[in-house]
Order: sequence, then C-alpha cells, then structure tokens
Amino acid sequence: MSPRTLYDKIWDEHMVAVRSDGSSLLYIDRHLVHEVTSPQAFEGLREAGRPLRRPNAILSVADHNVPTIDREKGIADETCRLQVEALEANVKAYGVPYLPLLDDRQGIVHVVGPEQGFTLPGTTIVCGDSHTSTHGAFGALAFGIGTSEVEHVMATQTLPQRKSKNLRVRFEGALPPGLGAKDLALALIGRIGTAGGTGHVMEFTGAAVRALSMEGRMTLCNMSIEGGARSGLVAPDETTFAYLQGRAMAPQDALWDQALAHWRTLVSDEDAAFETDVVLDVSALAPQVTWGTSPQWVTDIAGRVPDPERVASEDDRQAMRRALDYMDLKPGTPIADIPLQAVFIGSCTNGRIEDLREAAAVARGRKVAAGLRALVVPGSGLVKRQAEAEGLDRIFLEAGFEWRQPGCSMCLGMNDDRLDEGVRCASTSNRNFEGRQGRGSRTHLVSPGMAAAAAVTGHFTDVRRLMGI
Amino acid sequence: MEPFTTLTGVAAPLLRPNIDTDLIIPKQFLKTLVRSGLGRNLFHEIRYDAAGAELSDFVLNREPYRRASILLAGPNFGCGSSREHAPWALKDFGIRAILAPSFADIFYTNCFANGLLPVQLPMEAIEALAAAAGPLTVDLAAQEVRSGGLCYAFEIEPARKAVLLEGLDEIKRTEANLADITRYEAHRRSEAPWLEIRNH
Ligand code: SF4
Repeated sequence: MSPRTLYDKIWDEHMVAVRSDGSSLLYIDRHLVHEVTSPQAFEGLREAGRPLRRPNAILSVADHNVPTIDREKGIADETCRLQVEALEANVKAYGVPYLPLLDDRQGIVHVVGPEQGFTLPGTTIVCGDSHTSTHGAFGALAFGIGTSEVEHVMATQTLPQRKSKNLRVRFEGALPPGLGAKDLALALIGRIGTAGGTGHVMEFTGAAVRALSMEGRMTLCNMSIEGGARSGLVAPDETTFAYLQGRAMAPQDALWDQALAHWRTLVSDEDAAFETDVVLDVSALAPQVTWGTSPQWVTDIAGRVPDPERVASEDDRQAMRRALDYMDLKPGTPIADIPLQAVFIGSCTNGRIEDLREAAAVARGRKVAAGLRALVVPGSGLVKRQAEAEGLDRIFLEAGFEWRQPGCSMCLGMNDDRLDEGVRCASTSNRNFEGRQGRGSRTHLVSPGMAAAAAVTGHFTDVRRLMGI
Repeated sequence: MEPFTTLTGVAAPLLRPNIDTDLIIPKQFLKTLVRSGLGRNLFHEIRYDAAGAELSDFVLNREPYRRASILLAGPNFGCGSSREHAPWALKDFGIRAILAPSFADIFYTNCFANGLLPVQLPMEAIEALAAAAGPLTVDLAAQEVRSGGLCYAFEIEPARKAVLLEGLDEIKRTEANLADITRYEAHRRSEAPWLEIRNH
C-alpha cells in the first residue's frame, strides 16, 4: 500500500461505500449534540417518522445558552430556557445520553467530550458546531456540520463526504517560555489567513507540538477552523494515552490494550504526500494579539496597529480600514498602548484547567485594573471543581475577577454574558468578528496568560514581564 | 426540497471579503426552534441601527436590492460558525444563489441542504457582474452565469449539481446504502470492539 497520511488512514477506515456519483459515505463514530443546532434536526426526524440509529453514539449537553451565575435558580431568559427544554425533551424522547445542567460533568461540548473519554483516537467525531475540530488533538477526524447533517447522522450514522486535501503544518524550534498553543494558532492563521486551510485537513507536527499537553493540542486544533480547515489533527502519542486512560467512557482492561495497539499505528507514514506544507519557526515567537475583526489580523505584543494604506490590494485596504474603524484603532498605535475595559477567560479554546492555571499564575497577588470587568468561566463543571480544589478561584476572586459557572458565556454572548457597544475586550476565545461578543463590541484574541496580564494592567502587556521571564 | 434549475433576478453586491456567519445571522436569532422566519434578521447588525431602524446605506435596504434573489460577495464567504441559520436566513429573505470567489467549507455544504446554489467565480467576474447591475441569470444545467453581454462558466461537482437540479433528499439517498451501513457496523464491532460505548 502506498504511504498514507494520518487523515488518509482514518478516512479509509471509515469508508462505508463509494457511491455512483463519486461521493463517499463516511461512518461517524461519535456525535456531540448541543441545544442550539439540534432542535430542527430532531424535528426533521420526527416529521419523517425516522428512528435515531444509534442514540448511544451521541453525547448531549446544553452549553451555549446557559446562565453562568445562579444556575440553580433556572434560566431566566425565556427563549434560552425553551431551547434547553427542547433539548431535554428531545434527548428523552430518543433515549440520547445527556449531561444535565446541574451535573458536575456539564460544560462546553468540546471540553466535555475529551474529559469523559468520549473522544478517542482514530474515530470520526461530528457536532453541529464548527469548533468540533478541537477533538482532532486526539488524532480523531473531527469536524463541524450543519443541522441538516446533524439530522443525517442521527438517521444513518453516516455522512456523504468529499475527501479534503492534506496540509501539514510543521512548527520548528521550541516555543519560548511564557508562550503557548494559542500563540502558535494565532501566528499560523496570521501567516496563512482565515481561508488558508480551506478544503484541507491540517496535521500539526514538529517538536513544539509534541511538547504540548493535551490541553494545548486542543487549543491548537480548536483554531484550525479559523484557518479555514474543517479539521486539525495531532497524531496520538504517550501524552494522549496518559490523558485518556481511566476516563469514564474510555475503554478499559483488555479493550484498552487492544485500542492502544491500534492507536499506535495512527501516524502519517514517513513518505506520505501532503498537498500543502507550511513551516513556521516558533523559536523567536512573541505573545500574539489580534487587532482586527478577523483572527488573521494579528501581530505580537511588541507590534503596532498596521497601516491599511501600505497594503497592496484595494479590496484588502478597504477591509482593513473598515476593521480599524470598527475597532476604533489608529494605524501605528503600539499594541501595548491599547486600553481595555473587559477581559474574558474561558471558551472551548482556553477554558480548560491548564488555561486557568496559566491565568491564575499571573493574577496571583495582583488586582484587576480599576474600571475593568474581568470574567473567568471554566469550560466545564469538572474544570471548575479542579480549579477550586487548587485554590484558583480564590486567586481570581481576590484579584477582582468574577468566578462563574461553566458554559460558552461571553465567547458568543447567547446568554446574559455580553459586552456593551464599544467595549474593548481581551478574550481567550477564538473569534473577533464584528459583534461576536455583543453588538458593537471589540474583541482582541490572546492567550490566557496575556488576558490575565491585560486584566491586571488595564492594557496589553507582555505576560513574560509579569512572570519574571 | 424545491429543485434549483435556472434563476433570473436582482443581484445585490456585498463585496467585502470574509463575510462570516455571525454577520449573516447574529447569535440572538439562534434561539429559534424552527428553520423559517429568519429573513428579517439577515445581516441584522449592518442592516439596522441599535433602535431597529433600517440603515439606508446597506445594500439590501435599497431598491431594487430589497428584492434580490442573488448575492454577489467577496472571498471566503460564510466563514466561521457552522450555523445553518445562515443559509436559512438567506433563503427566507429570498436569496437562492450566492456568487463569490470562494466559500468556507461548512457553509458551502449547508447551502446544498437547503436548495441554495453557491457559485464560485473569480473576483474580476464578480466585480464585472456587480458593475453591470442588470438582472442576472444563473443557469445551473448549463453551469453559466449571464448578465447583459457577460457570460461566465462555473464548475460544480456533479453529485451536488444533481442534488439541486432534482431537489433530492440526502437522507433518502443514503438510505439506499442501509445494507452497507449495517455490514460496516458489524465489521467494526469485531475489528474495533473498544468503540462500543458502555459507560454512559
Ligand atoms: S465556547 Fe464559543 S466557540 Fe466554543 S462552542 Fe461555545 S460558543 Fe462555540
């Protein structure tokens, strides 16, 4: 057999049929479901009188709409409540496993899946959510789908798919201290652009990736969709296996050994062909900060807001002018001089325990700058519990951060956690689109350490300075 | 699903690059439990002011574009969130075809599930069609876009073309492969037994 990439291998293993029109039918092992993109899919099944093929292959949870404060009192916003209730009714009717709102295991779907051991190497995983790419950190082919496809998977446990191209990202050199996976992701998107990975599956390789924890790999794969790729992949290794062993839904005993033997084969063959190769030397990278309304508009903490007039294409110039206008930024302004009114630490990008540790290390013994509002929202109930066991909640509270219950929260502001018009926020989430965190709000994407540094200084600050690096 | 064959209509230019699905339909409208009724919320943040009044400089608030059935857009249209509410909102407004130099993958797929045709054309062609400003015809069978004296051919994968031309139901199509699926599942259970989920 000719050499294959990791993506090729997972693809081949899940091929159910090649149809006469040339499309492939791919088997789906795991399906994550949340309240926002599933109601119409359940409704479609119901209208057509179709059964749900494998309820046990689904894990469902409400995350987008849920309050992050006083949850015990229920959901005040009626439309949010109705959507969560619809999910609860649907999963009950179809016998789908569900993690209730007050369960410790509840959280953001992409934090919960790995935490429960639902996410496994070599599987295909889908969810009606673009950041499903997160699960690629385990060497799973994981991608976001639309609601019609959610219904298709519920009915048939398959999806008609076209094979993507293989893109290899090689991060060369060691990441400097104080930097993390978020900086890798932003630097990459800055290089290739938000459409750079369109039509591709990205595999992340190189020593800097091998050195990342599972949390870091998830951050990196989470952002592959922002680089246009539907999926990101990291080949599983000992770090992956150590993370998974003993997780509630991971295989055990003899099945674990059998799985492990297979998982060790999940690497790209030496001579496998990648249509596209991107190489990025990270040894001199500095903490990244976005300045525009697209994740590709990024520079580092020592940088300045760029000047649209120095950009060659008229279309790009116009788009940049519009972005700077929206962001209320002047060309040439040093990034470190940009003042902030809000900080958000959380989301499926950076809401895991390691992210909270990173932020807490900066917040410890310091105070949130006067007039600034700072929110810490753990990615799941288990992350919250772990953080509290380590005393991180005390550190944040004493510094003046708000300590919340788990959910998507201010990453997109479907619940009450929204920014007001014109408010500028350093956020550990993944999208700085116009209006993403609230109408007219201004988002700068950064790592958890950089977000905490911004919170305690009131403007962007090189986190390494506060860490004594 | 309603088939898509040939469409002639007003084409509204919205040529900025990277129009994301948050912009097409913002989060506050994702709380719906149905697919319909989102047309009035399409492009909400750039179409209305904070008080809900129409912004006169937004293209879909101007004649003849209020009646647009075609959208002319910049590269990477539909990037970001997977929300199918984006094609639902476009369709509910009356848009049936989107012409852009490139599309984000998930949005592109979501279009076909809703009888919307995404057409890929070079930016020069999009700009020329916008400048022509006359009624535009999208002919799927011939794979051509025509307006005044302009005519551009476009590529589309045959399977996807068939889905639109015949208004096919994808789930029904897949149900023809049920025996294959059942066979695959049996094979997987014996080859990869660790994949069975027991500990819910
Ligand atoms: S945290 Fe943000 S990006 Fe992640 S699933 Fe929730 S809304 Fe989407």
